[in-house]
Amino acid sequence: MTAVDTRWTVTVDRDACIGTGVCAGAAPRQIEIRAGKASALAPETAPDEAVIDAADMCPMSAITVRDAASGALLAPEE
Amino acid sequence: MTIDQEIRKYPFSEVPGIDIDPTYGLLRSTEPLARVQLPYGEVCWLATRYEDVKTVLTDPRFSRAAAQGKDQPRLREEMTYEGIIGLDPPDHTRLRKLAGKALTARRVNGIREDAQRIANEYVDDMIAKGSPGDLVEMFALPFPITVICELLGVPFEDRAQFRIWTEGLTSTSEQLMTYVEQLFGYMGNLVAQRREQPTDDLLGALVKARDEGDRLTEQELLSIAGVGLLLTGVETVSTHIPNFVYALLTKPELMAQLRADRSLVPAAVEELLRMIPLNPAAMFPRYAVEDVELGSGLVRAGEPVLVSLPGANRDPEVFDNPETFDFTREQNPHVAFGHGPHHCLGAQLARMELQVALHTILDRFPELRLADGDAGVSWKSGLLVRGPNKLLVAW
Repeated sequence: MTAVDTRWTVTVDRDACIGTGVCAGAAPRQIEIRAGKASALAPETAPDEAVIDAADMCPMSAITVRDAASGALLAPEE
Repeated sequence: MTIDQEIRKYPFSEVPGIDIDPTYGLLRSTEPLARVQLPYGEVCWLATRYEDVKTVLTDPRFSRAAAQGKDQPRLREEMTYEGIIGLDPPDHTRLRKLAGKALTARRVNGIREDAQRIANEYVDDMIAKGSPGDLVEMFALPFPITVICELLGVPFEDRAQFRIWTEGLTSTSEQLMTYVEQLFGYMGNLVAQRREQPTDDLLGALVKARDEGDRLTEQELLSIAGVGLLLTGVETVSTHIPNFVYALLTKPELMAQLRADRSLVPAAVEELLRMIPLNPAAMFPRYAVEDVELGSGLVRAGEPVLVSLPGANRDPEVFDNPETFDFTREQNPHVAFGHGPHHCLGAQLARMELQVALHTILDRFPELRLADGDAGVSWKSGLLVRGPNKLLVAW
């Protein structure tokens, strides 16, 4: 990341989420399991590879990470 | 909890059939963080409440990596290479991502039709041979073996050998190390073939990740492909198919309910997973890396904790009528596949295979019954997974 103020958005599709907790294990600073489903701790986060991993590892592909400014999809990779 | 607590021998008892030892329920209400001594290793905590179990499985202060090199509480003497389950994030993440990609819900749904075709073929054979027949030998074993062989790209002709290794790895057999070496040797040969001739199957993808991305060591590659996917992908589902069918055949009201409303099959699979543990005994202790206050008591830095998934799955704080099979639960957040970073990598594959298996059996055997009552059922003994190794059924 070049710009220091780059922000990412982390969103969870709560219908798709089955609450495995894999994401919270990979990115405990950004994602928690709340009432049995994954939930982002904040709507935006500083860039961190851990949230990319969390989105890539979700077996339900329920987590999406985007660049906050451009909306570009960062994860999961297809 | 104080350290002058009673130390209980663990596992508590060998309960026959698909039930679990009532001690789990007793501890959950009276001593939710219990002290237990396994056959080998140091004394440890056993957590039985749902909330505590989830905390131990997700809180990074509880580590699997820290367990390596310790005298871990364990069921058999040998300490084996633990592979992916011996790691914490972020090291764990690197391996998990690679293997997990092949087993997402989307990918698994993509092979559902193949799985259905394979299931039909085995049932065709079974029906051709005539009633009665052993559901384990004729369906529950070959079905998941064939699915995983196709997924991984392993020759199905070698299945007799997998079976010996599979049963060896989940037994407390003294031959364990020999089996591990043979399995690694076998996978090593398949890997070498893929280096000569790349393939599109999962094994080919793992070899590519190893060789081009340098994202796997050779031992990690063999461990993921051999133990992680091939063996756990077979022993688990092939044990739960007869467990589930046995439950349905001995609880006719459940069988009738499922036959009357087939849309209940996915929910039935979840409920059977909740109620019937693949392995009643807890494994893979987590070590606290600092003092942690759980809901049920303090775990000090350096102490190991085991979690009881069957205990959590019957916690009345989470499940209404927790001791009852109920295919109509609105919420069923069971932890049969674990929780957190080590949540079963093959959970979606297992769910799909179990759903296909139940649908196929309901479709093809409208009059299915035990052929000789409990006399026609025998159970695995001395193994780390529990279930029938013979289920004689008539139709």
